[in-house]
Amino acid sequence: MRKVFAAGLVILFGVVLLLGLSKTMDIAGYEDGLISGKPAEAYINKNVTEESGEIIYGETKDAETGSANMVTSVIANYRSFDTLGEVTVLFLAAVGVSMLIGGSGKEKKRKKSGFILRTAAGIIFPVMLITGIYIFTHGHLTPGGGFPGGSMIASSFLLLYMADEKFSLKLSGFKFAEGIAGSLYVLAGAAGLFIGGYFLMNFLPTGTVGTLFSAGIIPIIYVIIGLKVGSEITGIISDMLKEEVSV
Amino acid sequence: MEFINILEWGVSILLVFFALAAVISKKLLTAIVFLSVLSMAAVAAFALLRAPDVAVTEAVIGSGLVTFIFVASIRGLRKAGEGL
Repeated sequence: MRKVFAAGLVILFGVVLLLGLSKTMDIAGYEDGLISGKPAEAYINKNVTEESGEIIYGETKDAETGSANMVTSVIANYRSFDTLGEVTVLFLAAVGVSMLIGGSGKEKKRKKSGFILRTAAGIIFPVMLITGIYIFTHGHLTPGGGFPGGSMIASSFLLLYMADEKFSLKLSGFKFAEGIAGSLYVLAGAAGLFIGGYFLMNFLPTGTVGTLFSAGIIPIIYVIIGLKVGSEITGIISDMLKEEVSV
Repeated sequence: MEFINILEWGVSILLVFFALAAVISKKLLTAIVFLSVLSMAAVAAFALLRAPDVAVTEAVIGSGLVTFIFVASIRGLRKAGEGL
């Protein structure tokens, strides 16, 4: 009976989803964004504090935020204070997990993994790590940013945990990186407060839209967020793997 | 445009199908695997809806880390004698 009820609920939500998908065609400008094209080039014009005219990818200098990715300019510039709160929430979650289940230092003996997983992990791990670093360093140009990049770094360490039954991380370095990154975020905000008059102000020159060294402090903040999220989630993963022994 | 439309409908139907499979399946581990596949379909849906940022995040967290956390908690529960 419960399963019938749940299945009915799923079908109801599915119908709502399908109706919603068929209605999205009415949103203004929806058809302009090509799926295969660069979203950055289609949606680059944004003016919030002042009218700055048309912005051209790769040519305009000193644009308002300087970030080619619109989502990033909201997350790491206009609403950077919200992101600071978000990072704090994740930090509290990691602290809670390690307080609840990370106490017993012993690690459980894991099962020996298969030959295919062990061989593939050696090839895939560096690719995943580099992709994660790429995602958060290019957060102001391409889709992605600190949160998915950091999570990808953490999942590459999860792959190592699964492949090698004796693998164990020394977490003290990760905890150090996490603390340093969190303090640097607040310090970058405080620097904006002293230089420009408000917290987390984008005080560096924004450069040409679309180049790697542009957008002022946005890439710096995203690298900080990426390191922080990566070390936090890696800590959660190793705590959860350790937990299996204490139960 | 026509091909994209067909793709959108196909992905939506896949989403509903995998959600149903996750709800109906008898073993919890199977349900978790179906949830992971559902996340991959959601990645395709987000990419089709021109939201690549959300798609990247969903691919990493939805189908990778959440699956790990579910599997780890189920193994912990088994050890506590819940017999799932």
